Amino acid sequence: MSAKLEKLSQNLQKHLGERIASLKTALNEITVEVRLADYLDAMRLLRDTPELGFEELLDLCGVDYSTHSSKKPENAGEGSRFAAVSHLLSISNNWRVRVRVFAENDNFPSVPSVTDLWKSAVWYEREAFDLFGIVFPGHDDLRRILTDYGFIGHPFRKDFPVSGHVEMRYDPDQRRVVYQPVTIELRENTLRTVREENYSKH
Amino acid sequence: MAEIRNFTMNFGPQHPAAHGVLRMVLELDGEVVMRADPHIGLLHRGTEKLAEARTWLQSMPYMDRLDYVSMMCNEHAYCMAVERLLGIEVPVRAQYIRVMYDEITRILNHLMWIGSHGLDVGAMTMILYAFREREDLVDMYEAVSGSRMHAAYYRPGGVYRDLPDRMPQYVASEWRSAKDADFINEARSGSLLDFIEDFTNRFPKFVDEYSTLLTENRIWKQRLVDIGIVSPERALQLGFTGPMLRGSGIAWDLRKKQPYEVYDRLDFDIPVGTNGDCYDRYLVRVEEMRQSNHLIRQCIDWLRKNPGPVICKDYKVAPPPREAMKSNMEELIHHFKLFSGGFHVPEGEAYAAIEHPKGEFGIYLISDSANKPYRIKIRAPGFAHLSAMDEMARGHMIADVVTIIGTQDIVFGEIDR
Repeated sequence: MSAKLEKLSQNLQKHLGERIASLKTALNEITVEVRLADYLDAMRLLRDTPELGFEELLDLCGVDYSTHSSKKPENAGEGSRFAAVSHLLSISNNWRVRVRVFAENDNFPSVPSVTDLWKSAVWYEREAFDLFGIVFPGHDDLRRILTDYGFIGHPFRKDFPVSGHVEMRYDPDQRRVVYQPVTIELRENTLRTVREENYSKH
Repeated sequence: MAEIRNFTMNFGPQHPAAHGVLRMVLELDGEVVMRADPHIGLLHRGTEKLAEARTWLQSMPYMDRLDYVSMMCNEHAYCMAVERLLGIEVPVRAQYIRVMYDEITRILNHLMWIGSHGLDVGAMTMILYAFREREDLVDMYEAVSGSRMHAAYYRPGGVYRDLPDRMPQYVASEWRSAKDADFINEARSGSLLDFIEDFTNRFPKFVDEYSTLLTENRIWKQRLVDIGIVSPERALQLGFTGPMLRGSGIAWDLRKKQPYEVYDRLDFDIPVGTNGDCYDRYLVRVEEMRQSNHLIRQCIDWLRKNPGPVICKDYKVAPPPREAMKSNMEELIHHFKLFSGGFHVPEGEAYAAIEHPKGEFGIYLISDSANKPYRIKIRAPGFAHLSAMDEMARGHMIADVVTIIGTQDIVFGEIDR
């Protein structure tokens, strides 16, 4: 581990303290997991502490862990399906961190909004809401963003088929665009396989 | 006194200045924009979902189709993320080729930007000039990959093949006289590197031409100066990266600050703006084209002197040479397994970011040791920039909205994904 990552890791432990549920360093990146109750607090500290100095939220995305092949992630609390993952960048200190928080309820996932801390989160949270159905209390304008007007469902959830449920076509008789159940078949040309441990080690 | 109400107007999605399929609902008070609400997603293809159903290699060509004016840079970020998870080393020659093509792509992208930005604002000539040079650049793409746009040239582990020794020639036809064909073929008579070098000799003069047309042009300045000012603090809040951030005066460039590939061995400068308006961002991007040209020259020098492999030797990830595949059983098995089942990537997560022409383009991968990604998130720079449209356009005239779209360098392939 480089000296810089070591320093960041120490600073994170010093300033976030109890709020860190786990801190992992892998592939030269630091991942911090926080509990839902500490999330906003931790994010505020990450931004406002000069020794951390994460002025910029580069990315925030939803993840659906329901079909992940290995064991369920630790620190997931009661809910372990949906997580919001943010990537933060510090321009002043030139380092990055990844923050993950799991939503507590799998049926109605909800994560507090960080739009008050970083304006760039507005669209990222709208996207996570649209694609995964994660709700962000505190967000002023939580509309769908990428899917069609009037779309039903959350397409990036693992139980949503790649082909979707409905398709759209122009109906010459009714002289308007209509929705109908999909007519294409779901194909999987290359099967998804997970190798047993140490298979490809050589 | 009569009651005056704000007027709501729909801009796009079929507006020629909307750079694709941007639909924007503008709330106007007279000619002044009170609120801008971009509606995106009209080009949403679900690239991230599709990638979850394909092997690691199969989803690589989808990356070209994200930001379809800077194709190879997208591939680069994806390959870097996969390589990081696999823990493989890329041969140095492949790294130089990647850097050279990244910079060619940067020029390609900025030419498209300067052309369409000029067209939006009323400088029609620019797009004709820009496309004259783009023709040579897409020929460089074609020479290595066989495709003028969607190259699929970078692969996890290196690049698909080495640079060719000769360039394809134009032939005389019904539409092109023998004299014209000879004229075009003159620069293409040597190897690809000769052709690129010839281009880098010509290019600085072309940039001077653009500057002559625009930089001191009174109309251009009237349309750009003091439009869409973003302070450095706001730029960070809004998640700006790349020329949008540098235009606001923050000297942040991943090629310098977090160097990847061989950027730490090359000499170049980062241009930085002072006012954070559209004109400064214009100046920053024009200077970036000059710097890219300088970088390409350094790569050519190195590539001429140092032959070597361009893709890693690990046949579990990269395909074996075609000749070996035809004559050896072992290589044949590797080839078959690689292109049928694909390779497996160890469990873990990685975020790889590159300095894309538009800003920071990042790929966040989660793998559960399968032959397909578990989740891939594409961090597109344009997404964050467009989300700032409301803040940048508020209080400006409606004609300035077009300038702001131009300065943000919007491409919908990456925003809608």
